[in-house]
Amino acid sequence: MSAHTFSDANVMLGRSMRHVFRSLDTILTVTITPIAMMLLFTYVLGGAIDAGTDNYVNYLMPGILLISIASGIAYTAYRLYSDLQSGIFERFHSMPIARSSVLWGHVLTSLVSNMISVAVIVVVSLVMGFRTSAGVGAWLAVTGILVLFTLALSWLAVIAGLAATSPDGASAFSYPLIFLPFISSAFVPTDTMPAPVEWFAENQPVTSIVNSIRALFAEQPVGNDIWIALAWLVGILIVAYIFAMVTYHKKIA
Amino acid sequence: MNTPVPPAIRIKGIEKSYKDLHVLKGVDLDVARGSIYALLGSNGAGKTTLVRILATLLKADGGTATVNGFDVAADPARVRESISLTGQFAAVDEILTGHENLVMIARLRQVKEPKRIADGLLERFGLADAGRRRVATYSGGMRRRLDIAMSLIGEPPVIFLDEPTTGLDPEARIEVWNVVQDLADGGTTVLLTTQYLDEAEKLADRIAILHQGTIIVDGTLAELRTLLPSATVEYVERQPTLEEVFLAIVGDKSPANGKEETR
Repeated sequence: MSAHTFSDANVMLGRSMRHVFRSLDTILTVTITPIAMMLLFTYVLGGAIDAGTDNYVNYLMPGILLISIASGIAYTAYRLYSDLQSGIFERFHSMPIARSSVLWGHVLTSLVSNMISVAVIVVVSLVMGFRTSAGVGAWLAVTGILVLFTLALSWLAVIAGLAATSPDGASAFSYPLIFLPFISSAFVPTDTMPAPVEWFAENQPVTSIVNSIRALFAEQPVGNDIWIALAWLVGILIVAYIFAMVTYHKKIA
Repeated sequence: MNTPVPPAIRIKGIEKSYKDLHVLKGVDLDVARGSIYALLGSNGAGKTTLVRILATLLKADGGTATVNGFDVAADPARVRESISLTGQFAAVDEILTGHENLVMIARLRQVKEPKRIADGLLERFGLADAGRRRVATYSGGMRRRLDIAMSLIGEPPVIFLDEPTTGLDPEARIEVWNVVQDLADGGTTVLLTTQYLDEAEKLADRIAILHQGTIIVDGTLAELRTLLPSATVEYVERQPTLEEVFLAIVGDKSPANGKEETR
């Protein structure tokens, strides 16, 4: 390992953040689309949804944040795939740099750009009536969950970017991830669903993550949800990282 | 020939297969410091494979290779400090500007004053006016010049140019040739692969021909010529080549005058 890993990863981060800010498509997809979805659910569908709450924006917000991150990481996979195709990946690998910084640059870019989208969406939701009395501790806990979620999904995106054989293939893996919040407690309470769907919704990671964030914002006890959520997130992160490294070493062998 | 200086590149018995395809079957080659060495071969002869092995991007199945005295298998980090690779398909970042590309490479190579280095190289390669534009707007020749400029940052003693003029128009080719000649004049060792015989003839101090997995001949141009029956003298009216006509009509061919070209 080179002593320059950190500064190299920083250069890589600066490079692909420029890619993000120069791509209108990326900004539209990861920020405007979730906001549009929030508007749709709040002002069109929200009136007909009985979530047992008088503030549906509060109910909806955690799920919207997860959808935004899930669509953001599709671009992480796409950017990595493009680097492999263009030959710049090989240029970096023939240079005296820490090779791991090439992947970390993409993962850090994913983290920074998704946290920017999350911040924008939180500001818009405040305008739309999102209210919380959560203290610093709860906000930090929510941030921590979102960071873990982004890192876990970013390493999944690295696997997809390295293994893809077409640009569509690189981003297609994110579609099921974007869809998962719909079959969870993100938009409606799970006990309104038919039994098999309810069972799936209760036992997939998004429900426990959404419930934890919602409880933290509402200053309610997080109960078991937070531990189930953390187990999912750390588990996915570790497995995705290991498989990403295996795929990477196969690729550069 | 009895130079005490070890060669910049020493290749001994390098072999490489892709599944059933035996691409390199024991390649031997020495490249002297400060020389331009042209590796000739048809498409698929294994030129790029050999360069990728020397650039530590690919592991050989057998044999050894040292670059700047460092073994590519045992000491790849030191090899990477000694080299730059300019690929067949110009590996530049299209979304960044020319200036940003150069600054990025300078930062990665831990060079002092990356911005000043970038400005200097843009000037030297006739890209000063285009430096703040995104590379996506550059012509093929401008990209290749930027690509080579990026390879010079940090002044590596050995540069690999993999088919540096493939796909370029005649003017841009001559610009690249001038750059390569300047490099060698400054003491850099250049190993270039090409399928253009005139390119090897024009630039190279020594030429090797890679054919069916081995080097079948290597030597200076004069030495290679002796392999053929001695020249006979004929009187032929010499017509200008199409290239000479093209260049005469199109005009000046120095790199500085190519900077306004766009795709």
